[in-house]
Amino acid sequence: MKAKTAMPVGVEAIRTKGWWLAHRFQVLRRLSQAGFLMLFLLGPWFGIWWVVGTLAGSRTFGLLPLTDPLVLTQSVVAGHWPELTAFTGAAIVLAVYALVGGRVYCSWVCPINPVTDAAYWLHNRLGLQKGWQPKRQTRLWALGAVLAVSTLTGTIAWEMVNPITILHRGLIFGLGFAWALVALVFVFDLLVSRRGWCGHLCPVGAFYGLIGQKSLLRVSATRRNTCDDCMDCFAICPENQVISPALRGREGETPLILSPDCTNCGRCIDVCSVDVFAFTHRFDHRVDDTKDPRPTEAARKAV
Amino acid sequence: MSFAKPTLSPQRRRFLTDTARLAGGGLLLGGGLVWWVEDARSLPAEALRPPGALPEGDFLAACIRCGLCVRDCPYDTLSLAELGADGPATGTPYFTARDVPCEMCEDIPCVAACPTGALDPGLTDIDAARMGTAVLVDQENCLNFLGLRCDVCYRVCPVIDQAITLELSHNNRSGHHAIFAPTVHADYCTGCGKCEKSCVLPEAAIKVLPLRLARGAPGDHYRKGWEEEQNNGGPLVEGIIDLPDRLPGPGTDNLAAPGGFEPAFKLPEGGQ
Repeated sequence: MKAKTAMPVGVEAIRTKGWWLAHRFQVLRRLSQAGFLMLFLLGPWFGIWWVVGTLAGSRTFGLLPLTDPLVLTQSVVAGHWPELTAFTGAAIVLAVYALVGGRVYCSWVCPINPVTDAAYWLHNRLGLQKGWQPKRQTRLWALGAVLAVSTLTGTIAWEMVNPITILHRGLIFGLGFAWALVALVFVFDLLVSRRGWCGHLCPVGAFYGLIGQKSLLRVSATRRNTCDDCMDCFAICPENQVISPALRGREGETPLILSPDCTNCGRCIDVCSVDVFAFTHRFDHRVDDTKDPRPTEAARKAV
Repeated sequence: MSFAKPTLSPQRRRFLTDTARLAGGGLLLGGGLVWWVEDARSLPAEALRPPGALPEGDFLAACIRCGLCVRDCPYDTLSLAELGADGPATGTPYFTARDVPCEMCEDIPCVAACPTGALDPGLTDIDAARMGTAVLVDQENCLNFLGLRCDVCYRVCPVIDQAITLELSHNNRSGHHAIFAPTVHADYCTGCGKCEKSCVLPEAAIKVLPLRLARGAPGDHYRKGWEEEQNNGGPLVEGIIDLPDRLPGPGTDNLAAPGGFEPAFKLPEGGQ
């Protein structure tokens, strides 16, 4: 193990790039999560009804319908043929996430993400073992089970337990015991399984991952030649199986992170002290040949 | 030495175990979910669905729990069921008549708001809504049944004289008053709940119940003879003899319907 690997995650990045550049996407992501929630809360809190509804279905400016495509899929397999409004809303959501990356929903919108991130933070602070680590594709089976149960029972089954919409709806319409469900997810991630919920089990994440198979917006390890093996990106990434193929790719292999599991959270860009990673599009296979591990001030500003 | 067992590739073995394990996990999760869903499906009797709601089974396949109907209800009648705190399936819209009844808006904004058709857009006349039906559940405490002229449920009914009528009968207790019995006609009752809301008793004597609880249903093969006869313009079977109806002793209705029954014996003193 290199001495660098033993250093706490992100310390070197803060030292070389400054606090802001080492936390940029983290901050933006929290602002985005809070912002999406706030859009829905403007109505009930301040009487500004720009966005009405919940993440399952909403109406913006009395005009734009949005529908969660997974909820609608369950409705269809349960035997209901929805009205055109719902289909339009789902089509718009599908189109957007197919473009920017399905799991952008997970890291930039989903209200459960701050909860599991907090659990992960505490988990690390307490130095706990990673615990039960089911396979990553468990969530695909969970998704399959959800659709099967919807079909069998003729209900939108996952909405009976979905902590995402239950928390979101709870904050907007009245919490009830939704907090208990959220606490359950927190405790699960803290004590039972590190990154367990979002990283292994959540069928919603699995669904959005499938949507984003061919998404345009991608993170690329463009400057992978400068990588100094500090392993910070692996430590910070919630889906770190996606990094290796790009970062450790051999000559001629794409530096793009093409796995649909990548949530485009941008934390790898933040914590990398030598700026290996950057957001780009899926057709940008360029690899930067410079071996200079310290990008010039000018080069960094350009990123 | 022949230890030559057919060698299974370790990859294949691993693939099979992993798949079996995941399938098992999926099955476990699915099973738990089925149990939970079945449990969450029962709707409490006092919770009423908004106008135009599909039958409960179909409704749970159609309602995405977005809350747009709740937001567009101008009277704050509707609310979304909170997890563990309210009876209906979590996040689905409902109202409790005794708290806030449905005001039966002409333009039915809740139905217009629904993006999925869980509230049937085919409902254009609010009088055709069937959110439930009122039932006078407690005749023993209803003031009108006690002989008073409360009439409140009758007066507030938006479909007055059709959904609720006052049926006159003799008050046997006082001997010389009338009872104006509020009587619900489910063919006209929309289940809006205004009667239940305004019942003056501390606990309403008239309540709106879901149709599945409130209504009986005749067998498919049942026919009402008098209706069939009318439709047919005569008895369905030829040659039926209409026997004289047996009435209480002579001297009561014999003039109107002769053939009254006269007992073969005389009751002692005072008997009829």
